[in-house]
Order: sequence, then C-alpha cells, then structure tokens
Amino acid sequence: MVYNPLNILDMKNIKFLILGIFFAIVLSKTQAISWYRFYEMFKFQSFHMFGIIGGAVVISMIFMQLFKHGKIKDINGNKIVPKPKKKGFIRTILGGTFFGLGWGISGACAAPIFVILGFKLIPALILLAGALLGAFIYGILSKKLPN
Amino acid sequence: MDFILQPWAWYFGGPLIAVSLLLYFYFGKNFGVSTNFETLCSMAGAGKFSNYFKKDWKERDFALLFVFGLIIGGFISVTYLIPNQTIDLNPKTIQELTDLGFSNVGNQYFPDEIFSNEVVFSLKGFLILLVSGLLIGFGTRYAGGCTSGHAITGLSSLQLPSLLAVIGFFIGGIIATWFIIPLIF
Repeated sequence: MVYNPLNILDMKNIKFLILGIFFAIVLSKTQAISWYRFYEMFKFQSFHMFGIIGGAVVISMIFMQLFKHGKIKDINGNKIVPKPKKKGFIRTILGGTFFGLGWGISGACAAPIFVILGFKLIPALILLAGALLGAFIYGILSKKLPN
Repeated sequence: MDFILQPWAWYFGGPLIAVSLLLYFYFGKNFGVSTNFETLCSMAGAGKFSNYFKKDWKERDFALLFVFGLIIGGFISVTYLIPNQTIDLNPKTIQELTDLGFSNVGNQYFPDEIFSNEVVFSLKGFLILLVSGLLIGFGTRYAGGCTSGHAITGLSSLQLPSLLAVIGFFIGGIIATWFIIPLIF
C-alpha cells in the first residue's frame, strides 16, 4: 500500500494538532517559554515556574490515580497505563544533567523549542538543528553508553 | 478579552498543563515531546547510519501533528495573544543580569544577548544555541524524556527514573545558570 501523506490529517490525528495549539498557547501565556523564567527558576529567585510545574505534577497525580483505578478510560474505552520509563541510574542522572545544561543556557526545553519558532525563528531553528544532531549522536552511540 | 491578553498566573498554567496531559492520554497516547527529535531524525533518513533510527515514523504521525500544533500555537500567541512580553522579574534577577551585561532585562521573553539576529549570526552566539540544542537532544534521549515526559508524566505516575532525571535536570540547570552563564557573558 502506498502511504498517502494526507492520511496524517484524518480526524483521528487532528485532535492532536488542536491539542498542540492549546498546549503552545498555555506555555506562551504563562511565560513558560521565556528564557528569564527558567533562569530565575534555576537561581531559585522566583516561585513562578515551580508553581507551574509543581501544580501540573500535583494535578496530574490525581489524573494518574483516576487512570489507575479505571475511573478515566481512553477514547477507545481502554485502561490508561503510562509507559514505564527506562531504568538506569547513570543514564537518567547523566542524561538529565546534559539536558539541564542545555536547558539552563538556552532557556528552552523540548516543547518550547517548537513554540519558540513562532517567536524567534532563526534562534529556534539553530536550537532545533542542535537537538536533532544531539538525538542523532545519541542514536549512533546508544549501544556504547553506560546505562 | 482582558484575561486573554494578560499574562496567565502560575495557578492557571499548572492545571492547564495537567489538562493537556489528560487529553493526550485520553486520546490514547503517552504524553511527551522529546521522542519527536528521534522521529524527525528517522524521517530525515538517519536509519541509513544507525539501526536505532530504523523505526516507522508514520506510527508517530499523531505526535508530529502535535508538534506542528505547537509551532502554530506559538505563531498565534505571538501574533494575537501577547501584546506585551514584559516579565515581572525579581529585582535581584534584573540586577544580576544587568551586571553580567544584559540590557533591557525582562522587557521581552527572550534576551537580545542570546536571541537577537546580530548575536545568532556571530560565531559565539551561533555556537551557544547549537551546543545548547545538542545537549537538549542528546540529554533527553539518553535520559529518556524531557520536562513533559519525565518531570510531569513520570513524576506524577511516581516513577523512580523520572525523579533521578529531574534531579539531573536541576544539576545541569544550576551549573548552567550559576557558573556557565557568568563565564560566557
């Protein structure tokens, strides 16, 4: 079967497009894409980002409990089970530290890189090129890195 | 209308992010953003260089549309929803950054010292962004997630690897802002 690129736009997927737009607006309006907001977070000079991320985590915990007890099922009626994260002390701490370094310097984590394309096109393109290069390097080395 | 154009407080942001996560799971998928770096590599043909990228990116078409939505949402926000990008910063933060040579601190979301066209077309400015991006791409894939996948999804579902990853995020972020930023500016 030949893949028709327009299949991507069927109704099953359009809801993710709309959710992406919504998520980007939330991040933009709460300033959670601003370089300054992450700088002050890592310097512990403001509560703003801790409030946003902490609030998101606490309310998500309630949702996770509702998923776990089957009170909320997915659109197809299936139980929602978040994928278990890959285990490994070195990979999570060291990988996390590398990510934190990039995040702290550029003030961007993964989702904001895409949102920032609308705000600062060229810098965001450079960040994205770097991120793809970084993911590529990880892919090449993945078997050789300690977990 | 006024509410739409004002900055939103943190106590709106947290719940609205949680609602985004809820909808993503409700639609039948696992919430996270950084796997898309990998998917985009697969689309660009990285499978020729490593089996790691030999994955069917079409299975992640929903995630690519989510990412496309993020881009559109950014354009909508900057064009229609944010007439004023001033950030209400702690005077201490403003003083500190001014001392490092930053100008107009907090007058817009992104400082000119990193994001202006003159800076990004200089070698130093270009490298700052490229290397940061590289660390983000490499780090999120090594750790297995970013702020959405680990800090929000992973912590809220009480997963130990996510706690370790978030500790890593802060080790890196603290080294970057306390030591590297003063060194490079």
